[in-house]
Amino acid sequence: MRLPRKLHAPLLSVAILAIVSAVWEGATQTSRDDGVRSEYEMLVAGADETARLPRPSEIAALGLEMLSDPVYDRGPNDKGIGLQLVYSLGRVGLGYIVAVLVAVPIGFLIGMSPLMLSAFNPFIQVLKPISPLAWMPLALFVIKDSVWSSVFVIFICSVWPILINTAFGVSSVRKDFINVSRTLELSRLRTALFVILPAAAPTILTGMRISIGIAWLVIVAAEMLVGGTGVGYFVWNEWNNLDLASVVVSILMIGVVGMGLDFLLAQAQRAVAFEDA
Amino acid sequence: MSSKHKFLQIEGLARRFPDAMGGEELVVFDGVDFAVDKGEFVCLIGHSGCGKSTILNIIAGLDSASEGYVFVGGREVTGPGLERGVIFQNHSLLPWKSALENVQFSVRARWPNWSRRQVREHAEKFVGMVGLSDAKHRKPSQLSGGMRQRVGIARAFAIEPKLLLMDEPFGALDALTRATIQDELIAICRATKQTVFMITHDVDEAVYLADRVLLMSNGPHARIAEAVEVPLERPRVRAEMLDDPRYHRTRSHLLQFLIDSHGGDAHAPQLKAAPTPMTAPEPASADGASFSVMTKEARR
Repeated sequence: MRLPRKLHAPLLSVAILAIVSAVWEGATQTSRDDGVRSEYEMLVAGADETARLPRPSEIAALGLEMLSDPVYDRGPNDKGIGLQLVYSLGRVGLGYIVAVLVAVPIGFLIGMSPLMLSAFNPFIQVLKPISPLAWMPLALFVIKDSVWSSVFVIFICSVWPILINTAFGVSSVRKDFINVSRTLELSRLRTALFVILPAAAPTILTGMRISIGIAWLVIVAAEMLVGGTGVGYFVWNEWNNLDLASVVVSILMIGVVGMGLDFLLAQAQRAVAFEDA
Repeated sequence: MSSKHKFLQIEGLARRFPDAMGGEELVVFDGVDFAVDKGEFVCLIGHSGCGKSTILNIIAGLDSASEGYVFVGGREVTGPGLERGVIFQNHSLLPWKSALENVQFSVRARWPNWSRRQVREHAEKFVGMVGLSDAKHRKPSQLSGGMRQRVGIARAFAIEPKLLLMDEPFGALDALTRATIQDELIAICRATKQTVFMITHDVDEAVYLADRVLLMSNGPHARIAEAVEVPLERPRVRAEMLDDPRYHRTRSHLLQFLIDSHGGDAHAPQLKAAPTPMTAPEPASADGASFSVMTKEARR
Protein backbone atom coordinates (compact mmCIF):
# COMPACT_ATOMS: atom_id res chain seq x y z
CA MET A 1 0.00 0.00 0.00
CA ARG A 2 1.46 3.30 -1.06
CA LEU A 3 -0.02 6.61 -0.06
CA PRO A 4 -1.00 9.06 -2.79
CA ARG A 5 1.82 11.54 -3.30
CA LYS A 6 -0.23 14.59 -2.46
CA LEU A 7 -0.94 13.24 1.03
CA HIS A 8 2.75 13.02 1.92
CA ALA A 9 3.24 16.64 2.96
CA PRO A 10 0.05 16.96 5.07
CA LEU A 11 0.80 13.70 6.86
CA LEU A 12 4.32 14.85 7.57
CA SER A 13 2.95 18.14 8.94
CA VAL A 14 0.65 16.24 11.30
CA ALA A 15 3.57 14.06 12.38
CA ILE A 16 5.74 17.11 13.12
CA LEU A 17 2.90 18.64 15.19
CA ALA A 18 2.44 15.37 17.09
CA ILE A 19 6.15 14.99 17.86
CA VAL A 20 6.60 18.62 18.98
CA SER A 21 3.47 18.39 21.15
CA ALA A 22 4.59 15.10 22.68
CA VAL A 23 8.07 16.41 23.54
CA TRP A 24 6.52 19.58 24.95
CA GLU A 25 3.95 17.61 26.92
CA GLY A 26 6.65 15.35 28.36
CA ALA A 27 9.00 18.19 29.25
CA THR A 28 6.33 20.13 31.15
CA GLN A 29 4.91 17.18 33.09
CA THR A 30 4.74 18.00 36.80
CA SER A 31 6.36 15.36 38.94
CA ARG A 32 4.15 15.53 42.02
CA ASP A 33 0.45 15.90 42.42
CA ASP A 34 -0.84 13.58 45.15
CA GLY A 35 -3.86 15.69 45.98
CA VAL A 36 -2.47 16.49 49.43
CA ARG A 37 -2.20 20.26 49.94
CA SER A 38 -0.02 22.03 52.40
CA GLU A 39 -1.50 24.92 54.29
CA TYR A 40 0.27 27.38 52.01
CA GLU A 41 -1.08 25.62 48.97
CA MET A 42 -4.57 25.81 50.43
CA LEU A 43 -4.06 29.53 50.87
CA VAL A 44 -3.10 30.10 47.23
CA ALA A 45 -6.00 27.94 46.09
CA GLY A 46 -3.91 25.09 44.78
CA ALA A 47 -1.82 27.12 42.37
CA ASP A 48 1.64 25.83 41.53
CA GLU A 49 4.47 27.29 43.50
CA THR A 50 6.54 27.82 40.41
CA ALA A 51 4.94 29.04 37.23
CA ARG A 52 5.48 26.69 34.32
CA LEU A 53 4.73 26.62 30.64
CA PRO A 54 1.27 25.29 29.89
CA ARG A 55 1.09 21.83 28.40
CA PRO A 56 -0.22 21.36 24.85
CA SER A 57 -3.18 19.43 26.25
CA GLU A 58 -4.09 22.37 28.48
CA ILE A 59 -3.65 24.79 25.60
CA ALA A 60 -5.86 22.67 23.35
CA ALA A 61 -8.55 22.40 26.01
CA LEU A 62 -8.48 26.13 26.70
CA GLY A 63 -8.41 26.88 22.98
CA LEU A 64 -11.56 24.84 22.43
CA GLU A 65 -13.21 26.57 25.37
CA MET A 66 -12.25 30.03 24.15
CA LEU A 67 -13.35 29.31 20.61
CA SER A 68 -16.66 27.79 21.72
CA ASP A 69 -17.72 31.20 23.01
CA PRO A 70 -15.53 33.72 21.20
CA VAL A 71 -17.62 36.89 21.26
CA TYR A 72 -18.85 37.36 24.83
CA ASP A 73 -18.31 40.69 26.54
CA ARG A 74 -18.24 40.84 30.33
CA GLY A 75 -16.64 44.18 30.88
CA PRO A 76 -13.27 45.63 29.94
CA ASN A 77 -11.21 42.84 31.48
CA ASP A 78 -13.17 39.88 30.14
CA LYS A 79 -13.96 39.74 26.47
CA GLY A 80 -13.95 36.77 24.10
CA ILE A 81 -10.93 36.20 21.85
CA GLY A 82 -13.13 36.55 18.77
CA LEU A 83 -14.31 39.96 19.90
CA GLN A 84 -10.72 41.08 20.52
CA LEU A 85 -9.72 39.87 17.05
CA VAL A 86 -12.64 41.80 15.55
CA TYR A 87 -11.44 44.99 17.27
CA SER A 88 -7.93 44.45 15.90
CA LEU A 89 -9.17 43.57 12.42
CA GLY A 90 -11.33 46.69 12.42
CA ARG A 91 -8.36 48.95 13.19
CA VAL A 92 -6.15 47.18 10.66
CA GLY A 93 -8.90 47.30 8.03
CA LEU A 94 -9.55 51.00 8.54
CA GLY A 95 -5.90 52.09 8.59
CA TYR A 96 -5.10 49.81 5.67
CA ILE A 97 -7.96 50.95 3.44
CA VAL A 98 -7.08 54.60 4.03
CA ALA A 99 -3.45 53.73 3.22
CA VAL A 100 -4.53 52.13 -0.08
CA LEU A 101 -6.74 55.11 -0.94
CA VAL A 102 -3.86 57.50 -0.29
CA ALA A 103 -0.90 55.49 -1.58
CA VAL A 104 -2.28 54.23 -4.90
CA PRO A 105 -3.18 57.68 -6.36
CA ILE A 106 0.00 59.31 -5.06
CA GLY A 107 2.03 56.34 -6.30
CA PHE A 108 0.39 56.79 -9.70
CA LEU A 109 1.32 60.46 -9.75
CA ILE A 110 4.89 59.75 -8.71
CA GLY A 111 5.22 56.86 -11.12
CA MET A 112 3.98 58.84 -14.11
CA SER A 113 6.23 61.82 -13.54
CA PRO A 114 10.00 61.56 -13.08
CA LEU A 115 9.91 65.07 -11.58
CA MET A 116 7.46 64.02 -8.87
CA LEU A 117 9.46 60.87 -8.22
CA SER A 118 12.60 62.90 -7.60
CA ALA A 119 10.71 65.41 -5.46
CA PHE A 120 8.99 62.82 -3.27
CA ASN A 121 11.90 60.42 -3.06
CA PRO A 122 13.84 62.03 -0.15
CA PHE A 123 10.70 62.10 2.02
CA ILE A 124 9.88 58.49 1.25
CA GLN A 125 13.44 57.38 1.94
CA VAL A 126 13.50 59.09 5.36
CA LEU A 127 9.98 58.18 6.49
CA LYS A 128 9.96 54.57 5.28
CA PRO A 129 12.49 53.10 7.76
CA ILE A 130 10.81 54.63 10.83
CA SER A 131 9.30 52.04 13.13
CA PRO A 132 5.57 52.73 13.02
CA LEU A 133 5.40 52.69 16.83
CA ALA A 134 7.76 55.67 16.94
CA TRP A 135 4.83 57.69 15.59
CA MET A 136 2.68 56.74 18.57
CA PRO A 137 3.53 59.63 20.96
CA LEU A 138 3.03 62.16 18.20
CA ALA A 139 -0.20 60.48 17.15
CA LEU A 140 -1.49 60.41 20.72
CA PHE A 141 -0.71 64.09 21.15
CA VAL A 142 -2.24 65.21 17.88
CA ILE A 143 -5.21 62.85 17.71
CA LYS A 144 -5.82 62.68 21.48
CA ASP A 145 -7.49 59.29 21.17
CA SER A 146 -5.74 55.97 21.66
CA VAL A 147 -7.93 53.97 19.28
CA TRP A 148 -7.52 56.43 16.41
CA SER A 149 -3.83 56.65 17.17
CA SER A 150 -3.46 52.93 16.61
CA VAL A 151 -5.41 53.25 13.35
CA PHE A 152 -2.98 55.99 12.34
CA VAL A 153 -0.02 53.76 13.15
CA ILE A 154 -1.48 51.05 10.91
CA PHE A 155 -1.97 53.63 8.18
CA ILE A 156 1.59 54.89 8.39
CA CYS A 157 3.13 51.42 8.29
CA SER A 158 0.92 50.24 5.39
CA VAL A 159 1.39 53.26 3.21
CA TRP A 160 5.06 52.86 2.22
CA PRO A 161 5.14 49.46 0.52
CA ILE A 162 1.96 50.31 -1.44
CA LEU A 163 3.27 53.74 -2.40
CA ILE A 164 6.66 52.47 -3.51
CA ASN A 165 5.29 49.49 -5.39
CA THR A 166 2.63 51.57 -7.15
CA ALA A 167 5.19 54.15 -8.23
CA PHE A 168 7.53 51.42 -9.42
CA GLY A 169 4.80 49.47 -11.19
CA VAL A 170 3.47 52.56 -12.95
CA SER A 171 6.89 53.84 -14.00
CA SER A 172 7.90 50.49 -15.44
CA VAL A 173 4.82 49.96 -17.63
CA ARG A 174 6.15 49.06 -21.07
CA LYS A 175 6.44 52.03 -23.39
CA ASP A 176 4.76 49.95 -26.11
CA PHE A 177 1.52 49.82 -24.12
CA ILE A 178 1.55 53.60 -23.73
CA ASN A 179 2.24 53.94 -27.46
CA VAL A 180 -0.70 51.66 -28.27
CA SER A 181 -2.89 53.89 -26.14
CA ARG A 182 -1.52 57.03 -27.80
CA THR A 183 -2.14 55.75 -31.32
CA LEU A 184 -5.72 55.03 -30.23
CA GLU A 185 -6.03 58.65 -29.05
CA LEU A 186 -7.11 57.57 -25.58
CA SER A 187 -7.39 60.34 -22.98
CA ARG A 188 -4.93 60.43 -20.09
CA LEU A 189 -7.61 59.20 -17.70
CA ARG A 190 -8.57 56.28 -19.93
CA THR A 191 -4.91 55.43 -20.45
CA ALA A 192 -4.37 55.43 -16.69
CA LEU A 193 -7.47 53.31 -15.98
CA PHE A 194 -7.42 50.85 -18.87
CA VAL A 195 -3.75 50.51 -19.76
CA ILE A 196 -1.48 51.57 -16.89
CA LEU A 197 -3.61 50.30 -14.01
CA PRO A 198 -3.98 46.73 -15.30
CA ALA A 199 -0.34 46.67 -16.35
CA ALA A 200 0.83 47.82 -12.92
CA ALA A 201 -1.80 45.92 -10.91
CA PRO A 202 0.39 42.88 -10.11
CA THR A 203 3.13 45.12 -8.69
CA ILE A 204 0.58 47.20 -6.75
CA LEU A 205 -0.99 44.06 -5.28
CA THR A 206 2.45 42.81 -4.22
CA GLY A 207 2.88 46.03 -2.26
CA MET A 208 -0.58 45.61 -0.74
CA ARG A 209 0.24 42.07 0.31
CA ILE A 210 3.47 43.19 2.00
CA SER A 211 1.53 45.97 3.74
CA ILE A 212 -1.23 43.79 5.16
CA GLY A 213 1.45 41.53 6.64
CA ILE A 214 3.25 44.45 8.27
CA ALA A 215 -0.04 45.96 9.50
CA TRP A 216 -1.00 42.72 11.24
CA LEU A 217 2.44 42.55 12.90
CA VAL A 218 2.21 46.14 14.07
CA ILE A 219 -1.36 46.09 15.43
CA VAL A 220 -0.39 43.63 18.19
CA ALA A 221 2.43 45.87 19.38
CA ALA A 222 0.31 49.02 19.04
CA GLU A 223 -2.51 47.55 21.11
CA MET A 224 -0.11 46.46 23.82
CA LEU A 225 0.84 50.14 24.05
CA VAL A 226 -2.59 51.77 23.88
CA GLY A 227 -4.54 49.04 25.71
CA GLY A 228 -8.28 48.84 26.06
CA THR A 229 -9.30 46.36 23.41
CA GLY A 230 -7.81 44.23 20.67
CA VAL A 231 -5.84 41.06 20.52
CA GLY A 232 -2.54 42.77 21.38
CA TYR A 233 -4.03 44.16 24.56
CA PHE A 234 -5.56 40.77 25.25
CA VAL A 235 -2.19 39.00 25.06
CA TRP A 236 -0.63 41.51 27.43
CA ASN A 237 -3.57 41.34 29.80
CA GLU A 238 -3.38 37.55 29.99
CA TRP A 239 0.33 37.86 30.71
CA ASN A 240 -0.55 40.15 33.61
CA ASN A 241 -3.07 37.52 34.71
CA LEU A 242 -0.28 34.95 34.39
CA ASP A 243 -2.58 32.89 32.19
CA LEU A 244 0.08 31.56 29.83
CA ALA A 245 -2.21 29.00 28.19
CA SER A 246 -4.44 31.86 27.12
CA VAL A 247 -1.39 33.76 25.82
CA VAL A 248 -0.40 30.76 23.68
CA VAL A 249 -3.93 30.37 22.31
CA SER A 250 -3.99 34.07 21.43
CA ILE A 251 -0.61 33.81 19.70
CA LEU A 252 -1.90 30.94 17.58
CA MET A 253 -5.05 32.88 16.72
CA ILE A 254 -2.95 35.88 15.66
CA GLY A 255 -1.02 33.55 13.37
CA VAL A 256 -4.17 32.02 11.88
CA VAL A 257 -5.78 35.40 11.20
CA GLY A 258 -2.53 36.72 9.68
CA MET A 259 -2.44 33.71 7.41
CA GLY A 260 -6.03 34.38 6.39
CA LEU A 261 -5.27 38.00 5.50
CA ASP A 262 -2.29 36.93 3.44
CA PHE A 263 -4.42 34.32 1.69
CA LEU A 264 -7.00 36.95 0.71
CA LEU A 265 -4.36 39.21 -0.78
CA ALA A 266 -2.73 36.27 -2.56
CA GLN A 267 -6.09 35.52 -4.20
CA ALA A 268 -6.43 39.14 -5.28
CA GLN A 269 -2.89 39.00 -6.63
CA ARG A 270 -3.76 35.96 -8.70
CA ALA A 271 -6.86 37.65 -10.05
CA VAL A 272 -4.87 40.52 -11.59
CA ALA A 273 -1.81 38.54 -12.63
CA PHE A 274 -1.00 38.09 -16.31
CA GLU A 275 1.72 36.32 -18.15
CA ASP A 276 3.87 38.63 -20.19
CA ALA A 277 4.06 37.56 -23.78
CA MET B 1 -4.02 71.48 -48.99
CA SER B 2 -2.88 71.83 -52.56
CA SER B 3 -3.41 69.07 -55.06
CA LYS B 4 0.32 68.52 -55.55
CA HIS B 5 0.26 66.68 -52.23
CA LYS B 6 0.31 62.94 -52.34
CA PHE B 7 -1.58 60.99 -49.71
CA LEU B 8 1.47 60.71 -47.46
CA GLN B 9 3.94 63.50 -47.99
CA ILE B 10 7.24 63.81 -46.12
CA GLU B 11 9.11 67.08 -46.59
CA GLY B 12 12.62 67.89 -45.42
CA LEU B 13 12.41 65.64 -42.40
CA ALA B 14 15.42 65.73 -40.06
CA ARG B 15 16.23 64.36 -36.65
CA ARG B 16 19.12 65.61 -34.57
CA PHE B 17 20.30 64.76 -31.11
CA PRO B 18 22.28 67.33 -29.15
CA ASP B 19 25.61 65.98 -28.00
CA ALA B 20 25.61 65.32 -24.28
CA MET B 21 29.13 66.72 -23.89
CA GLY B 22 28.11 69.96 -25.59
CA GLY B 23 29.97 69.08 -28.77
CA GLU B 24 28.60 68.77 -32.28
CA GLU B 25 25.05 67.50 -32.47
CA LEU B 26 24.37 64.13 -34.01
CA VAL B 27 22.33 64.31 -37.20
CA VAL B 28 20.69 60.91 -37.63
CA PHE B 29 18.99 61.85 -40.88
CA ASP B 30 18.17 65.06 -42.67
CA GLY B 31 16.55 66.22 -45.88
CA VAL B 32 14.31 63.18 -46.05
CA ASP B 33 11.65 63.66 -48.73
CA PHE B 34 9.28 61.09 -50.11
CA ALA B 35 5.63 60.54 -50.84
CA VAL B 36 3.24 57.61 -50.88
CA ASP B 37 0.15 57.44 -53.06
CA LYS B 38 -3.22 56.25 -51.87
CA GLY B 39 -3.39 52.47 -52.12
CA GLU B 40 0.35 52.13 -52.56
CA PHE B 41 2.53 49.68 -50.62
CA VAL B 42 5.91 51.22 -49.89
CA CYS B 43 8.80 49.60 -48.05
CA LEU B 44 11.71 51.45 -46.52
CA ILE B 45 14.97 49.51 -46.35
CA GLY B 46 18.16 50.50 -44.61
CA HIS B 47 20.73 49.35 -42.13
CA SER B 48 19.91 49.65 -38.50
CA GLY B 49 20.82 52.95 -36.93
CA CYS B 50 19.92 54.96 -40.02
CA GLY B 51 16.76 56.15 -38.29
CA LYS B 52 14.10 54.30 -40.26
CA SER B 53 12.12 53.43 -37.12
CA THR B 54 12.32 57.06 -36.07
CA ILE B 55 10.82 58.09 -39.41
CA LEU B 56 7.96 55.66 -38.91
CA ASN B 57 7.41 56.89 -35.35
CA ILE B 58 7.32 60.48 -36.57
CA ILE B 59 4.70 59.56 -39.18
CA ALA B 60 2.77 57.74 -36.43
CA GLY B 61 2.99 60.88 -34.29
CA LEU B 62 4.77 59.05 -31.47
CA ASP B 63 8.02 60.93 -32.04
CA SER B 64 8.69 64.40 -33.33
CA ALA B 65 11.06 65.62 -35.99
CA SER B 66 13.72 68.26 -35.45
CA GLU B 67 12.84 69.71 -38.82
CA GLY B 68 10.43 69.08 -41.66
CA TYR B 69 6.80 68.12 -42.08
CA VAL B 70 4.61 65.06 -42.42
CA PHE B 71 1.27 65.36 -44.20
CA VAL B 72 -1.33 62.60 -44.24
CA GLY B 73 -4.28 63.23 -46.51
CA GLY B 74 -3.23 66.88 -46.78
CA ARG B 75 -3.15 67.44 -43.01
CA GLU B 76 -0.02 67.97 -41.04
CA VAL B 77 0.74 65.30 -38.46
CA THR B 78 1.16 66.78 -35.00
CA GLY B 79 0.48 63.73 -32.86
CA PRO B 80 -0.81 60.18 -32.91
CA GLY B 81 -4.15 59.60 -34.57
CA LEU B 82 -6.69 56.89 -35.26
CA GLU B 83 -6.48 57.43 -39.03
CA ARG B 84 -2.98 55.92 -38.85
CA GLY B 85 -2.80 52.30 -37.70
CA VAL B 86 0.49 51.02 -36.35
CA ILE B 87 1.74 47.44 -36.25
CA PHE B 88 4.61 47.38 -33.84
CA GLN B 89 7.77 45.35 -34.11
CA ASN B 90 7.05 43.30 -31.00
CA HIS B 91 3.25 43.01 -31.44
CA SER B 92 2.58 45.10 -28.29
CA LEU B 93 -0.61 43.27 -27.40
CA LEU B 94 -1.97 43.98 -23.95
CA PRO B 95 -1.06 40.73 -22.17
CA TRP B 96 -4.01 40.77 -19.74
CA LYS B 97 -6.52 40.83 -22.58
CA SER B 98 -7.44 37.97 -24.87
CA ALA B 99 -6.85 38.22 -28.62
CA LEU B 100 -10.43 39.31 -29.21
CA GLU B 101 -10.40 41.77 -26.31
CA ASN B 102 -7.26 43.36 -27.68
CA VAL B 103 -8.99 43.98 -30.99
CA GLN B 104 -12.19 45.14 -29.25
CA PHE B 105 -10.18 47.61 -27.21
CA SER B 106 -9.04 49.36 -30.38
CA VAL B 107 -12.46 49.17 -32.02
CA ARG B 108 -14.06 50.79 -28.97
CA ALA B 109 -11.49 53.58 -29.06
CA ARG B 110 -12.20 54.16 -32.76
CA TRP B 111 -16.00 54.13 -32.49
CA PRO B 112 -16.85 55.05 -28.88
CA ASN B 113 -20.57 55.27 -29.63
CA TRP B 114 -20.92 51.74 -30.91
CA SER B 115 -22.88 49.23 -28.89
CA ARG B 116 -21.17 46.34 -27.20
CA ARG B 117 -22.52 44.01 -29.83
CA GLN B 118 -21.37 46.13 -32.75
CA VAL B 119 -17.88 46.33 -31.28
CA ARG B 120 -17.77 42.59 -30.76
CA GLU B 121 -19.05 41.70 -34.22
CA HIS B 122 -16.63 44.08 -35.88
CA ALA B 123 -13.67 42.75 -33.87
CA GLU B 124 -14.67 39.15 -34.54
CA LYS B 125 -14.75 39.83 -38.27
CA PHE B 126 -11.13 40.97 -38.24
CA VAL B 127 -9.96 38.22 -35.91
CA GLY B 128 -11.56 35.80 -38.37
CA MET B 129 -9.82 37.52 -41.26
CA VAL B 130 -6.41 36.55 -39.85
CA GLY B 131 -7.66 33.02 -39.17
CA LEU B 132 -7.75 33.18 -35.39
CA SER B 133 -11.45 32.64 -34.71
CA ASP B 134 -10.68 29.43 -32.83
CA ALA B 135 -8.03 31.07 -30.68
CA LYS B 136 -9.77 34.39 -30.03
CA HIS B 137 -10.21 33.81 -26.30
CA ARG B 138 -6.57 33.00 -25.71
CA LYS B 139 -4.25 35.43 -24.00
CA PRO B 140 -1.15 36.58 -25.93
CA SER B 141 1.05 34.37 -23.76
CA GLN B 142 -0.92 31.36 -25.00
CA LEU B 143 -0.40 32.27 -28.66
CA SER B 144 2.59 31.54 -30.86
CA GLY B 145 4.72 34.40 -32.18
CA GLY B 146 3.02 34.25 -35.55
CA MET B 147 -0.45 34.26 -34.01
CA ARG B 148 0.41 37.27 -31.86
CA GLN B 149 1.55 39.21 -34.88
CA ARG B 150 -1.68 38.18 -36.64
CA VAL B 151 -3.65 39.66 -33.74
CA GLY B 152 -1.54 42.80 -34.16
CA ILE B 153 -2.52 42.89 -37.83
CA ALA B 154 -6.20 42.33 -37.01
CA ARG B 155 -6.05 45.09 -34.41
CA ALA B 156 -4.51 47.56 -36.85
CA PHE B 157 -6.93 46.74 -39.70
CA ALA B 158 -9.97 46.73 -37.41
CA ILE B 159 -9.80 50.48 -36.87
CA GLU B 160 -9.83 50.85 -40.68
CA PRO B 161 -6.93 53.29 -40.82
CA LYS B 162 -6.28 55.41 -43.89
CA LEU B 163 -2.59 54.65 -43.54
CA LEU B 164 -1.06 51.49 -42.11
CA LEU B 165 2.41 51.79 -40.62
CA MET B 166 4.47 48.67 -39.95
CA ASP B 167 7.83 48.56 -38.21
CA GLU B 168 9.58 45.31 -39.11
CA PRO B 169 6.46 43.40 -38.20
CA PHE B 170 7.79 39.96 -39.12
CA GLY B 171 11.34 40.34 -37.86
CA ALA B 172 10.88 37.91 -34.99
CA LEU B 173 9.14 35.19 -36.98
CA ASP B 174 10.58 32.11 -38.63
CA ALA B 175 10.73 32.02 -42.43
CA LEU B 176 7.71 29.75 -42.94
CA THR B 177 5.40 31.68 -40.64
CA ARG B 178 6.67 34.89 -42.12
CA ALA B 179 5.81 33.77 -45.65
CA THR B 180 2.30 32.73 -44.62
CA ILE B 181 1.57 35.98 -42.84
CA GLN B 182 3.01 37.99 -45.73
CA ASP B 183 0.52 36.27 -48.03
CA GLU B 184 -2.34 37.00 -45.64
CA LEU B 185 -1.25 40.61 -45.38
CA ILE B 186 -1.20 41.00 -49.15
CA ALA B 187 -4.66 39.48 -49.43
CA ILE B 188 -6.10 41.83 -46.80
CA CYS B 189 -4.37 44.86 -48.31
CA ARG B 190 -5.77 44.03 -51.74
CA ALA B 191 -9.25 43.58 -50.36
CA THR B 192 -9.18 46.86 -48.43
CA LYS B 193 -7.02 48.87 -50.89
CA GLN B 194 -4.88 49.72 -47.90
CA THR B 195 -2.11 52.29 -48.12
CA VAL B 196 0.92 50.83 -46.35
CA PHE B 197 4.26 52.18 -45.25
CA MET B 198 6.49 49.43 -43.94
CA ILE B 199 9.99 49.19 -42.59
CA THR B 200 12.02 46.06 -43.11
CA HIS B 201 15.54 44.71 -43.35
CA ASP B 202 14.49 41.85 -45.50
CA VAL B 203 15.12 42.41 -49.18
CA ASP B 204 12.93 39.49 -50.27
CA GLU B 205 10.09 40.72 -48.13
CA ALA B 206 10.37 44.19 -49.65
CA VAL B 207 10.39 42.91 -53.22
CA TYR B 208 7.51 40.53 -52.61
CA LEU B 209 5.25 42.98 -50.81
CA ALA B 210 6.01 46.46 -52.09
CA ASP B 211 5.06 48.49 -55.13
CA ARG B 212 8.03 50.69 -54.42
CA VAL B 213 11.09 50.28 -52.21
CA LEU B 214 12.84 53.27 -50.67
CA LEU B 215 16.51 52.78 -49.92
CA MET B 216 17.95 54.69 -47.04
CA SER B 217 21.65 55.45 -46.81
CA ASN B 218 23.58 54.97 -43.60
CA GLY B 219 23.67 57.61 -40.91
CA PRO B 220 24.75 60.04 -39.75
CA HIS B 221 23.08 62.33 -42.27
CA ALA B 222 21.10 59.42 -43.66
CA ARG B 223 18.88 60.16 -46.64
CA ILE B 224 16.54 58.42 -49.00
CA ALA B 225 19.14 57.46 -51.55
CA GLU B 226 16.92 55.84 -54.13
CA ALA B 227 13.37 54.78 -54.82
CA VAL B 228 13.07 51.48 -56.69
CA GLU B 229 9.83 50.50 -58.44
CA VAL B 230 9.14 46.79 -58.20
CA PRO B 231 8.23 45.81 -61.76
CA LEU B 232 6.12 42.79 -60.84
CA GLU B 233 2.39 42.69 -61.50
CA ARG B 234 -0.08 41.65 -58.84
CA PRO B 235 -1.22 39.22 -57.71
CA ARG B 236 2.28 37.93 -57.23
CA VAL B 237 2.83 34.24 -56.85
CA ARG B 238 5.85 33.44 -54.80
CA ALA B 239 6.92 30.31 -56.68
CA GLU B 240 6.53 31.92 -60.12
CA MET B 241 8.24 35.07 -58.96
CA LEU B 242 11.40 33.16 -58.17
CA ASP B 243 11.78 32.29 -61.85
CA ASP B 244 11.20 35.86 -62.96
CA PRO B 245 14.40 37.68 -64.06
CA ARG B 246 12.84 41.03 -63.09
CA TYR B 247 12.51 39.77 -59.53
CA HIS B 248 16.16 38.84 -59.44
CA ARG B 249 17.27 42.10 -61.02
CA THR B 250 15.37 44.11 -58.43
CA ARG B 251 16.55 41.93 -55.59
CA SER B 252 20.20 42.17 -56.71
CA HIS B 253 19.89 45.88 -57.04
CA LEU B 254 18.61 46.28 -53.49
CA LEU B 255 21.20 43.89 -52.07
CA GLN B 256 23.99 45.66 -53.92
CA PHE B 257 22.86 48.92 -52.39
CA LEU B 258 22.90 47.47 -48.90
CA ILE B 259 26.32 45.89 -49.38
CA ASP B 260 27.77 49.07 -50.86
CA SER B 261 26.35 51.27 -48.17
CA HIS B 262 27.78 48.90 -45.62
CA GLY B 263 31.18 49.42 -47.29
CA GLY B 264 33.77 50.52 -44.77
CA ASP B 265 32.12 48.62 -41.94
CA ALA B 266 34.25 45.68 -40.88
CA HIS B 267 31.45 44.32 -38.69
CA ALA B 268 29.26 43.15 -41.51
CA PRO B 269 30.16 39.52 -42.14
CA GLN B 270 26.53 38.47 -42.49
CA LEU B 271 26.25 39.88 -45.97
CA LYS B 272 28.95 37.72 -47.51
CA ALA B 273 26.49 35.02 -48.49
CA ALA B 274 24.31 37.42 -50.40
CA PRO B 275 25.74 37.52 -53.94
CA THR B 276 25.17 33.86 -54.78
CA PRO B 277 21.53 33.98 -55.85
CA MET B 278 22.14 36.97 -58.11
CA THR B 279 24.09 35.12 -60.77
CA ALA B 280 21.91 32.11 -61.23
CA PRO B 281 18.32 31.88 -60.04
CA GLU B 282 18.09 29.22 -57.38
CA PRO B 283 15.35 26.66 -57.68
CA ALA B 284 12.40 27.59 -55.55
CA SER B 285 12.78 26.06 -52.16
CA ALA B 286 10.21 23.49 -51.15
CA ASP B 287 8.23 25.80 -48.92
CA GLY B 288 8.37 28.70 -51.34
CA ALA B 289 9.51 30.86 -48.48
CA SER B 290 11.88 33.72 -48.91
CA PHE B 291 15.57 32.96 -48.64
CA SER B 292 16.14 36.18 -46.92
CA VAL B 293 19.50 37.74 -46.40
CA MET B 294 19.50 38.79 -42.86
CA THR B 295 21.75 41.43 -41.54
CA LYS B 296 22.89 41.08 -37.98
CA GLU B 297 20.09 43.19 -36.59
CA ALA B 298 17.37 41.26 -38.37
CA ARG B 299 17.78 38.49 -35.85
CA ARG B 300 16.92 40.62 -32.89
